[in-house]
Amino acid sequence: MRLANLSFGLILGLGMLLAPLIVPSLAAQEVEDHQFFPGDSARVLRVLSTTDLAVFAPYIRAFQAERPDIGVDYTVMSSSMLHQAIRGGMRADLVISSAMDLQFQLVNDGFARPYRSEQTDALPDWARWRDLIFAFTTEPAVVVVNSARFHGMELPTTRQDLIAILRDNPDRFAGALGTYDVRDSGLGYLFATQEDRSTDVFWRLNEVFGRLGTQLYCCSSQMISDVATGRLALAYNVLGSYAAEELARGSGGRVQVLRMQDFSNVMLRTLFIAQTAEEREAAGAMVDMLSRLALRDAPGMWPLPPLNPAVEGPSMGFGPIRLGPALLAYLDPLNRRAFLTEWENAVVQQSQAR
Amino acid sequence: MNRTLSIGRRLTVLLAGVAAALSLLSWGMVTSLATQAAVRTQDNVLAASTTTIAETLRSEQGEVRLELPYAAFAMLGAISEDRVFYRVDAGGTMLTGYADLPVPPDVTAGQVVFDTGLFLGATIRIASVTRPVLVGTERVAVTVTVAQTRDGVKAVTSEISWQAGALSVAFFFVAVALSAFAVRMSLRPLNVVADAVARLGPSDLRPLLRPAPADLAPLLDALNRLMERLRLSIRRSEDFIAEAAHRVRTPLATVRTQAEIALRTVTSDAEKERLRRIIRAVDESARSAGQLLDHATVAYRVEDLARDRLDLSDIAAQSAAGLEPTAAMRDIHLKLDFACAPILGDAVLLETAIRNVLDNAIKYSPEDTTVSLRIRRSAHEWVLDILDQGPGLGEGPTEPLTERFRRGTNTAGVVGSGLGLTIASEVLRAHGGRLDLKNAATGRGACVSLIFPLA
Repeated sequence: MRLANLSFGLILGLGMLLAPLIVPSLAAQEVEDHQFFPGDSARVLRVLSTTDLAVFAPYIRAFQAERPDIGVDYTVMSSSMLHQAIRGGMRADLVISSAMDLQFQLVNDGFARPYRSEQTDALPDWARWRDLIFAFTTEPAVVVVNSARFHGMELPTTRQDLIAILRDNPDRFAGALGTYDVRDSGLGYLFATQEDRSTDVFWRLNEVFGRLGTQLYCCSSQMISDVATGRLALAYNVLGSYAAEELARGSGGRVQVLRMQDFSNVMLRTLFIAQTAEEREAAGAMVDMLSRLALRDAPGMWPLPPLNPAVEGPSMGFGPIRLGPALLAYLDPLNRRAFLTEWENAVVQQSQAR
Repeated sequence: MNRTLSIGRRLTVLLAGVAAALSLLSWGMVTSLATQAAVRTQDNVLAASTTTIAETLRSEQGEVRLELPYAAFAMLGAISEDRVFYRVDAGGTMLTGYADLPVPPDVTAGQVVFDTGLFLGATIRIASVTRPVLVGTERVAVTVTVAQTRDGVKAVTSEISWQAGALSVAFFFVAVALSAFAVRMSLRPLNVVADAVARLGPSDLRPLLRPAPADLAPLLDALNRLMERLRLSIRRSEDFIAEAAHRVRTPLATVRTQAEIALRTVTSDAEKERLRRIIRAVDESARSAGQLLDHATVAYRVEDLARDRLDLSDIAAQSAAGLEPTAAMRDIHLKLDFACAPILGDAVLLETAIRNVLDNAIKYSPEDTTVSLRIRRSAHEWVLDILDQGPGLGEGPTEPLTERFRRGTNTAGVVGSGLGLTIASEVLRAHGGRLDLKNAATGRGACVSLIFPLA
């Protein structure tokens, strides 16, 4: 079932004013992680981010190597929390998130401050929008499998393969599949909606997931570690950053990262300078540094991949998700509610949330 | 002369002004058209977007249902990087979207209405379409509004404006260069006529008959009329002089005859001397009058010069024969050394010229000497040398001797009008030749060369 056929009703005369976004009420106003990296002066760059502290810390240290005078106050939240916080007027200098759609909506609605420099001009057109928002990584959605659970079978390379394997072996995979809970995870919702748009097997796959009792997760890292321990046989639509690859390499072939050949989403991790920014110069310097790293030639020792679509390999053939107003379509409350209803019908009925 | 700005410069400046005005105008027009085109493009996309959303409107189980198609927003992102806002209202209630987004006031069903407004501190272009949806038995007007900031339009407009500006400047310079060229080309006939007028000889009063543009015809006509009047006026004075000379000559002849008769009858030496002086004076007057007549004849005939095929030696011999008695009176021998020398010209004028030169030579020659006439041929010319054994031409340049009434520095004691060489010189110039004056190579006497082009 596709969104094109989807409709959503609303009782007339309800007189209800919808908030521009229905925020999932997952982890209450919680900050997931926070660290202050002191600088030589009183200047502090406040960063709100969805990227794990461990992943982003090397970037902060590199930044402070260049600008030792600036302290960095780094706060990690879920993408929807982050979105809500910015909308609520929370003061921040820099906003970093993997949920492109939410980021884009904030920018569209005027929560970003324009910034332009040689570094941002060097970014490809698809990696920036109006000097307001900048992408600094391209990260594909991948399937992570525990090869022990696939013993004696060929690993799937397309969604059709995957559906066939799951259908033919319901016993082996029941309760051993994991994917994002798209109601909670902004990134999961983005991947799901983009897949809905791009491939017609998405809903069939979801039905299969639903029948097999899929585990629902908030975050990539948890899914990957569950695949590694063997709790899960397969995690679908995991953010294929270096963490997954590294885990796969360290597992001696036990964990494998698969790229679906029929279609693969590529997400852009984006940042913008908040309208409320006070440390604009420092925020600009951070944007410059990340833009420079985004265009680096060799992957290097950085935890996040650079912005080079060529790195993704020729088999992909798909560009990254486009930064543009089309991202707003699925964020519309009516559309979102319709999509989630559909998704719940397919997946949740027979699954259990973790 | 009181000079004003040249026509060429004046025209160039004027045309440059016109080009500047046209450049400005075209720049303004291109910019305005570009703005219109950009605005229309945005309007079209906004209209398509609202219509796409409105097409999903339907009623289901007593409710208005809709979805926001991905394409409706994707198309907005395709034309520019502009921020997008939207809202959907059903019967006065907002179904979804941005609650503060202004909606154009006069929304009529089925038509896309556009408006420009302010939202979140940015100028936006708003498109709105209303569609009635039948809910149960009730018709509900559902309005779909999509808005977009105008930065893309501004960017396109300013870029095209810059390009149009650069093009207009280039157009201006090309136009100025071309108009300078055009001005020069159109003024060329004027310059040609001016050159032709400037090239006219000092006594050339023939009308200018060259073709000229219609604009110059009045000027040329006026010039030709002026020259004709001048020519007539000169002719009249020449006629007058000729008439005067003629009238003086006849009574002078009578006086001379009477004086000669008297000379034979008187016996007193003193009276004889007195009468001889009278005769000499009368001779001189007759000669001057003759030369004035000659000069007038020359001026008259030169105007419409005959180009007869002649033999220079015949004419020279004829002139020599005419002066033979005068020469003989003073025991001057004329030595002729001629060959056949064909030339084109007016026999009367040529005879007058040679006679005047020869007369001069005889006049300045001492008694019992020889005046030689010789015709020789140089590269492209016939040369008639007339050599005498007189005192020569004196020191100093020889050209002034051909001016009217100008006489040599060593002519004291010899009567003369100073017209002889002028006449000869004018005749030769009219025939395309020239008069060459120099002292003889032997150191004694003058050599006057009459030089004619070959026939």
